[in-house]
Amino acid sequence: MSYRDEQLSEEKVFKDPVHRYIHVRDRVIWDLIGTPEFQRLRRIKQLGTTYLTFHGAEHSRFSHSLGVYEIVRRIVENFREQPNWNENDRLLCLCAALLHDLGHGPFSHSFEKVFDLDHEDYTREIILGDTKVNEVLSNVDPHFPQEVADIIHKTHPNKLVVSLISSQIDADRMDYLQRDAYFTGVSYGHFDMERILRVMRPMDDQAVIKESGMHAVEDYIMSRYQMYWQVYFHPVTRSAEVILSKILHRAKELYHSDYKFKLAPTHFVSFFEKRVSLDDYLKLDENVVFYYFHIWQEEEDDILSDLCRRFVDRDLYKYIEFNPGSEYRELMDLKDCFIEAGIDPSYYLEVDSSSDLPYDFYRQGEDEERLPILLQVPNGELKELSRQSEIVEAISGKKRTDHKLYYAEDLIEKLPEDSQIKRRINEIIKG
Amino acid sequence: MLEDHAKLMSFFEQADEVVGRKRLQKMVYILKKSGFNFSERYSFHFYGPYSEELSTRIEELCNLGFLVEEREKEKGYYQYRYTLTDHGTSFLTDSNVETPDMSGLIDRMNDQSSKFLELVSTMLFFDNFSKEEVEEKVFTVKSKQNYSQQDLDDAWAFIDELKQH
Repeated sequence: MSYRDEQLSEEKVFKDPVHRYIHVRDRVIWDLIGTPEFQRLRRIKQLGTTYLTFHGAEHSRFSHSLGVYEIVRRIVENFREQPNWNENDRLLCLCAALLHDLGHGPFSHSFEKVFDLDHEDYTREIILGDTKVNEVLSNVDPHFPQEVADIIHKTHPNKLVVSLISSQIDADRMDYLQRDAYFTGVSYGHFDMERILRVMRPMDDQAVIKESGMHAVEDYIMSRYQMYWQVYFHPVTRSAEVILSKILHRAKELYHSDYKFKLAPTHFVSFFEKRVSLDDYLKLDENVVFYYFHIWQEEEDDILSDLCRRFVDRDLYKYIEFNPGSEYRELMDLKDCFIEAGIDPSYYLEVDSSSDLPYDFYRQGEDEERLPILLQVPNGELKELSRQSEIVEAISGKKRTDHKLYYAEDLIEKLPEDSQIKRRINEIIKG
Repeated sequence: MLEDHAKLMSFFEQADEVVGRKRLQKMVYILKKSGFNFSERYSFHFYGPYSEELSTRIEELCNLGFLVEEREKEKGYYQYRYTLTDHGTSFLTDSNVETPDMSGLIDRMNDQSSKFLELVSTMLFFDNFSKEEVEEKVFTVKSKQNYSQQDLDDAWAFIDELKQH
């Protein structure tokens, strides 16, 4: 039997709080899970700084990746006897599902933004580079790593397989919504996934949903909407993200100004110098980052030590609603006041914007890039979801944005009580 | 603060106007690949590289009154025209964000069709491949666009020109 088809003598199962059990029978999948690059995902939290708002949110990208694999495993199991399905694509789907987040680094969003990195590039590099993951995939077929990378990168000609991992209703979202809801402890985020999987059908370019499953899909869209505004864009989490970004910016700035760190930032040097090798990237997980943040609390640079203390002790910035369109002049005044008061606005003042589009549909005659969710009606015709569902129609194509101004309130409080500058700052902030 | 918004507004100011969402997406991507520091992340979609973050930020700029989006019908086809508002221009002046001169490249891109920009940006997306692999990739993932070898040659020449900038 070839390595591609090799089955374990006994099925392995992982206990999982979301899917109950994750089943592994394929030798290739078992070997991939055992690689150091996949095990590293245990040390990257799925929701970054969200644990500072919802204390249960300590789950890792490891458990999410296993969850996405399990959902895809169930989908392809259901597809087995269906037309438009090629059973030879099964292993490709499973590997892409398992490895889709392999390149995520510590605190992905802030980290990538400060250092101008993209985790998708690293996913690709890990799959195609000199790694254990590549070794396992190459044992299937020398072209197999490239195929898996192309599915994850969405550049594979097999659009059906791509859509299972990445579309408006895919295994990735179905897992993270449920998993994040479970670990944050919120009551939204739940929907009837079993029902969706039962009514999912393979078509040429994407998986479609039998019309009878429309209400389960409505629930999924609404739970996504709720999770974004109640969990992912929670202002306290965003405050922690602001401080995290400021720490990374400060450390980078100090490095470039030849500041002598008490603890040399060895693991960060290649990031500061924009020459990150795959090996450097894989070595920097959240445990390492936390270690530096702890040690940097003792640094002589007041800003770096203060920012690290805030992050470690969860002493976050306060926030207010802010409209950059009508209030940007006040923001500029505020910036000047901070400078006058001796508070560096580049580190202690920030505007953060969050936007989400819960569901987008195809508008005839326009160049839209997102695949809509299609329902298959009894005569076999395909209808776009928002045309069949009034609930989805109500939120389709509508983006919602939230802007907030974050600031270090305690530093303002420390200014002399009767000073003019303190009064002016409070006037601008408190209106 | 709001630097990413300001960079995009500077792009619109230098472009005067941009017609078409696809064109806008591809122009920013090509500028980004040419070394201009836009922070929006791209991934591969239906029409090549596409940034959800860019689309979100454009809508934010419209909602803030810095940018105006007009929907117009052209030969039975809807398209969107983007221009910076006076309010946006004042913001740019007051914010003092330093932005590089992109006007030469923007003008060159505005002379091209959006289908051609889609081809160029797709080729740039695969810039870690050899020339032959890039062409093979384009014919595979863009089979519905029916690009000819001449189109590809023109796109290579355009990419060479970008490198001169």
